[in-house]
Amino acid sequence: MTDIIGKRKWYFLLSAVIIIAGLTAMGISFAHFGSPLRLGIDFTGGTLWELAFENPVAPASVREVLVGYGYGDTTVQTTTDAKTVLIRCKELAAGEKVKIQADLTTKLGAFTELRYQDVGPTVGREVTRSATIAIAAAALAITGFIIFAWRKVPNAGRYGLCATAATLHDVLVTMGAFSILGLLLGWEADSLFLTAMLTVTGYSVQDTIVVFDRIRENVPKRRGEPYELIVNRSLLETLHRSLATQLNAIFILVAVLFFGGATMRQFIATLLIGLISGTYSSIFTAVPLLVVWEKGEVGAFFRRLTGRSQANA
Amino acid sequence: MQQRDVVLLMIIIVLVGIAAWVVWPSNPGLHIHFGPLNIDRDISVHQGLDLQGGMQTVLEADLPPGQALDPEAMAAAKGIVESRVNGLGVREPLVQLAGTNRIVIELPGIQDPEQAISILQQTGLLEFIDAGGTFLPPGTEVKTSFRETGEFGMVKPTAAPTVTGTLTPTATSTPTLAPTAATGVVSPTTTAEATPTQAPPKKVFRSVITGQHLKTSQVGQDEYGRPEINFSLTDEGARLFGEFTTANVGQFLAIAMDGVVISCPRIETAITEGSGRITGDFKLADARKIVIQLRYGSLPIPLKVIQNRTVGPTLGQDSVAKSTRAGIIGVIIVLVFMLVYYRLHGVVADIALVIYALVTFALFKLIPVTLTLPGLTGFLFSVGTAVDANILIFERMKEELRHGKRFSTAIDAGFDRAWTSIRDSNLSTWITCVILYWFGTNFGASMVKGFAVTLFLGVLISMFTAITVTRTVIRLLYAIGGEKLRESKWLIGL
Repeated sequence: MTDIIGKRKWYFLLSAVIIIAGLTAMGISFAHFGSPLRLGIDFTGGTLWELAFENPVAPASVREVLVGYGYGDTTVQTTTDAKTVLIRCKELAAGEKVKIQADLTTKLGAFTELRYQDVGPTVGREVTRSATIAIAAAALAITGFIIFAWRKVPNAGRYGLCATAATLHDVLVTMGAFSILGLLLGWEADSLFLTAMLTVTGYSVQDTIVVFDRIRENVPKRRGEPYELIVNRSLLETLHRSLATQLNAIFILVAVLFFGGATMRQFIATLLIGLISGTYSSIFTAVPLLVVWEKGEVGAFFRRLTGRSQANA
Repeated sequence: MQQRDVVLLMIIIVLVGIAAWVVWPSNPGLHIHFGPLNIDRDISVHQGLDLQGGMQTVLEADLPPGQALDPEAMAAAKGIVESRVNGLGVREPLVQLAGTNRIVIELPGIQDPEQAISILQQTGLLEFIDAGGTFLPPGTEVKTSFRETGEFGMVKPTAAPTVTGTLTPTATSTPTLAPTAATGVVSPTTTAEATPTQAPPKKVFRSVITGQHLKTSQVGQDEYGRPEINFSLTDEGARLFGEFTTANVGQFLAIAMDGVVISCPRIETAITEGSGRITGDFKLADARKIVIQLRYGSLPIPLKVIQNRTVGPTLGQDSVAKSTRAGIIGVIIVLVFMLVYYRLHGVVADIALVIYALVTFALFKLIPVTLTLPGLTGFLFSVGTAVDANILIFERMKEELRHGKRFSTAIDAGFDRAWTSIRDSNLSTWITCVILYWFGTNFGASMVKGFAVTLFLGVLISMFTAITVTRTVIRLLYAIGGEKLRESKWLIGL
């Protein structure tokens, strides 16, 4: 029987590397933007305006118009082609939009408005706060649910907490990845990012539950076997299913990522990263943690560390 | 057991047929006029704002800091905004309270978003106008001098005022206007029984006083215990009103909001003290409604725009087309994969998957669920994971078969054992859906809401199809194939 659990130290190491990379990116983001991720207007407030002109325009000239109205912090960039521009600036004051539109038409020609988003600053702050509450609530609710569903198994609390640890792992990995992409590609977090995060949370646990369910079934069936062995066996039994399900979901997401519209790209990519991380964490984080807990290895790990440094001192 | 399965199969086929009919794009809709049954429904995809284009705005109460928000005032504001939205002529607008101090407005397909916003935000105008000898039924649209030229008050100097204390009850069918201290001022019947005389549309009515002259208004009770409307005016209002009512006893005085008549009492007597009441056969709800409109004639609370999103229609349609195409590609890959990986069981899973997609989409059209782009993504995602339940069941079944169990036992055991896994894992997704839905509703983020709803429904239906469709088909398959199938190990994926 292949021993997956035995190599758990390597999995933890890999997770640590990925998470630290993510945390570093978040730290850099924090220094640059004041938050661990590049935030979109849903969280910061501001205006997002995409216009398709009839003739190619230079972003600089568009920017000039807006600066003329007092919006110094404007950035303008072309998106799909030289005729389409995306304007980012502070919230437009009431009535100004019409004037700016008229100005733009006079100076740069006719255009159609593809989309316009204007979010006030208080909304942005509230959304951020609610987002954090939402994620915390989801984590709590799911932990509670697992503890309840696994109440008949000895040490039910462990299952809940290990599942939550795996979820936290996924959240950190996804956020870290998004932070890196934010720094490299300019991706911004918006309400959809939050949606993706929450979905990832839900699905990460889903995977974990399937393995835990098998363990729950095997523990009374195989009394006398060491815990580590039961857990390993349960993992192997569910491995097939985990991978098959994962592949199917990935097929669909990848298809939509490559062939779908551009507006959903970031959302799908975030879901994809979270999904892969979710399956990985169910197999290689949540379950090994159970064994680690059972065998009291954390304490032993730290004792060994301090013991070694004492010996060297 | 086999007979029950056949019956189930029939039911499933019928269900699928109905679903396919619903999903068919050129669906004629449901139009049944059979005896007492009268159903007229178009069955089409309800597109969200990001797909059909339109505007979404969130208005927030703009009170000075420290001033408490009156929930009744907020509800009144929402009502006023709603009637204005209806006046914009948008098909299927949406006005909702979000939290305690926000109003979310969605206007699909609106042509001039800026104009819409200014209309919605403007404070309403309340006027008491001289209707002369004609009764104007509530709902009549009128042109008033104040709105046209800003003039109000009497046109000509007043005649000698005659103040009367007591008044005789009249047998008219309209409500009447009287000073608060008066006695015996009653008019029995409601306005509904009055014969409406339509005022000529072009006539400009004289505004006597406007909302700025109204001090307070509240619901009271007259001598007969019926609801009545009490109001009091500012000093200037009292003067103007006094002048007017003195000269026009017996005439009608219409009360209009933004140019639409809400009530039209008759002036019983001159009202010079600056307070009066309107009596009539009011139901309490109607009296309250009029009082609210009098009190909060203008928007009771100033509203400011805190969020505004406009999507041009082209962007949405393009995304939908691309995403649908991508989704189909993805689903085909899944179908092929299942076929290759699970062979015979894969066929069953594929059938279940197609049925699942049909039924779910049919439900989206029927309920209807507003489909947004994230919602569509959620649907595709749930298709990918709907397969999961089937996989769980098959893996279990394979194990049972490896242990040498009979097919029927293996099938039942597979389903039973897998069910707890399926149920518990989907529950966690539901929990996150609920949280997402709460988040979406509170912030007017209909995209998030759309995703939550489609995911929730998708998971629910995937559980159903896994348990009923897959089970029935497999049972029948094995009933037909018999134990011979066991010999073809490759076919059943052992």
